Amino acid sequence: MSVFKNVAAAAAVAGAFAATGVAHADETLEAVMEKGSIQCGVSQGLPGFSNPDDAGEWTGLDVDFCRAMAAAVFNDAEAVKFTPLSAKVRFTALTSGEIDVLSRNTTWTMSRDSDFGEFIGVNYYDGQGFMVPTSLGVASATELDGAAVCTNTGTTTELNVADYFRAQGMEYTVVAFEKADEVVAAYDAGRCDVYTTDRSGLAAQRTKLSAPDDHMVLPEIISKEPLGPLVRHGDAQWGDIARWTLACMINAEEAGIDSSNVAEMMESSDPNIQRILGADGDLGSKIGLENGFCANIITAVGNYAESYDRNVGPDTQLALERGLNALWSDGGVLYAPPMR
Amino acid sequence: MNTFSTGSIVNAGDLPDKPAPIRTDGPIAWLRDNLFSSRTNTILTLVALAIVLYAVPPALNWLVVKANWSGGAEACRANPGAACWPFITARWEQFLYGFYPQAERWRVNIVLYVLLGGIFLLAFEKMPLRKWVGLLMLIPFPIVSYFMLYGGVFGLPVVETSRWGGFMLTLVIALSGIVASLPLGIVLALGRRSTMPIMRLVCTLFIEFWRGIPLVAVLFMASVMFPLFLPPDVTFDQLLRAVIGVALFASAYMAEVVRGGLQAIPKGQYEGAMALGLPYWKMMRLIVLPQALKIVIPGIVNTFIGLFKDTTLVLIIGLLDLLGIVQSSINDPNWSIQSVPYTGYVFVALVFWVCCYAMALYSRHIEEKLHTGHKR
Repeated sequence: MSVFKNVAAAAAVAGAFAATGVAHADETLEAVMEKGSIQCGVSQGLPGFSNPDDAGEWTGLDVDFCRAMAAAVFNDAEAVKFTPLSAKVRFTALTSGEIDVLSRNTTWTMSRDSDFGEFIGVNYYDGQGFMVPTSLGVASATELDGAAVCTNTGTTTELNVADYFRAQGMEYTVVAFEKADEVVAAYDAGRCDVYTTDRSGLAAQRTKLSAPDDHMVLPEIISKEPLGPLVRHGDAQWGDIARWTLACMINAEEAGIDSSNVAEMMESSDPNIQRILGADGDLGSKIGLENGFCANIITAVGNYAESYDRNVGPDTQLALERGLNALWSDGGVLYAPPMR
Repeated sequence: MNTFSTGSIVNAGDLPDKPAPIRTDGPIAWLRDNLFSSRTNTILTLVALAIVLYAVPPALNWLVVKANWSGGAEACRANPGAACWPFITARWEQFLYGFYPQAERWRVNIVLYVLLGGIFLLAFEKMPLRKWVGLLMLIPFPIVSYFMLYGGVFGLPVVETSRWGGFMLTLVIALSGIVASLPLGIVLALGRRSTMPIMRLVCTLFIEFWRGIPLVAVLFMASVMFPLFLPPDVTFDQLLRAVIGVALFASAYMAEVVRGGLQAIPKGQYEGAMALGLPYWKMMRLIVLPQALKIVIPGIVNTFIGLFKDTTLVLIIGLLDLLGIVQSSINDPNWSIQSVPYTGYVFVALVFWVCCYAMALYSRHIEEKLHTGHKR
């Protein structure tokens, strides 16, 4: 009797506190459908990738990916809840089941892919770069011998700089700080000659300088930082949904489909466009979605170019050119597998 | 009485009082007494004056005179060398409520008003039914507020704790910690002074364990390690984990503060109580604790203030409290301006200072009120 009581009490307590059930392998979609929304892990604020806007809505490239997944699953881009995660807890949140997808400017590396989850693609190709004052008269990173370099402590950025300068046989001194704001302030005050971080970060921090136009970003990129979303290991269907959500946005750009013309494109006679939008074939049902899932994504969120331009593109404060993130047909490396 | 009224060289009445010599009264004397009374003091005064003159005008200039008070991000971008208050005005709702849905914010407001009203009423000793108000605020209020904020009953839609944020989250964590840590701390302190060896050992171990690890480690364990121990079907709410961690941590400190008070009570008080035939709990409740707690009010409030400020650490586990939400707002590219981060941090500092100073004032008030016959 008393054992039964204890079990009942424990069950009641567990039931009261359990906020969401974690899905086992192959059950994420089911659990998500039951919850009615996708739980998406984002950063605590990274300009252009995930940050709250004035109205308190999350915006950014990584946020758009989560909204696109919600549009694919529910045909409702708002059926997504965001969990801001620090860099340290992001993988635990994914493996413990607190979130269904991690879309948090995470560099795809082999160890992370094997340890923490399954990367489903790359939604931004970043790389570490250098910013210098134009008055320094330097045109290339190879001329930086003896420079004082401002950077964040304890990140791969610091290691990349060390590798680069050693490989070039150049001397340098590091001026490192804990937070990005401190690094910018130190660089702005002239405590170092060079500021180094990911190029998207350089663009964001540059606008915080007292005279942004007096600084330039050097052409060299010294590291590969392919940023992408990831899902838990062991759920192939959910991984496919994430993978083809991203592929849909990129393929749509390539096929010239955007949120403004998606209705007309549904009538298109081009078999490729028909397959992408689900007017023909049953691609969506193969991954447990409706066939028009891609059309839903484009209607609600837009294609990759729209998302890029809205969040980090040349017309935003970040003013990042497409560069590597252009389609392969435009000289970039964005190349999504075909939907057929 | 004046008996020398006839002589012409003697005055007829009392002379009017002359003002005190300039050396002993008035501002100059005050300055001499307080600021320039010795060589060391003079030097100190001049140095302090120099520092004030050096620091205050530029600060006022940045904060007030040259600051951007209206307009949007564009105005701040044009004048990045001074505070950008439009950043705060554009986002203050977010700083207050976090991501709490707009349509449901009235619920937060009600809880906030009841809380402020309760504190206000409790501040007057002469209030009728004061005891009842206190009891209501202490036990039903936290429970009702939880259901008000979380929802799920009486047709209120559920608002997950992941959408709570801003100053509201700071208050939730701090107040739950404060409300839980005081009784828990008293029990632990009594346990540590108990004559029962196992009880004493358990309480001592508990206190020394929680006091021996940093709060950051507690929060990390709560948010990173704890989920790995649970079966995969069960997830504890992230906020609940943080609140429990903060409360246990604070209760260990509280226990030591209370123990200090218990030890200051003379043994005669215990013996007197026992001689009256009072059992343990009555002795504690009627004789010892009222005296002990009164002595340690400064220590208790000190712990509360520390706890209130420590809540900002939850931002490292992804909860966006007031500081966290300001930090993530700084990263909005539309507000990516030199002065915005500084403005945000100044705002946070101001809010925290006001709250902590209010707590300090209230504690001083209680101390004075309870200072009956124990002045030594």
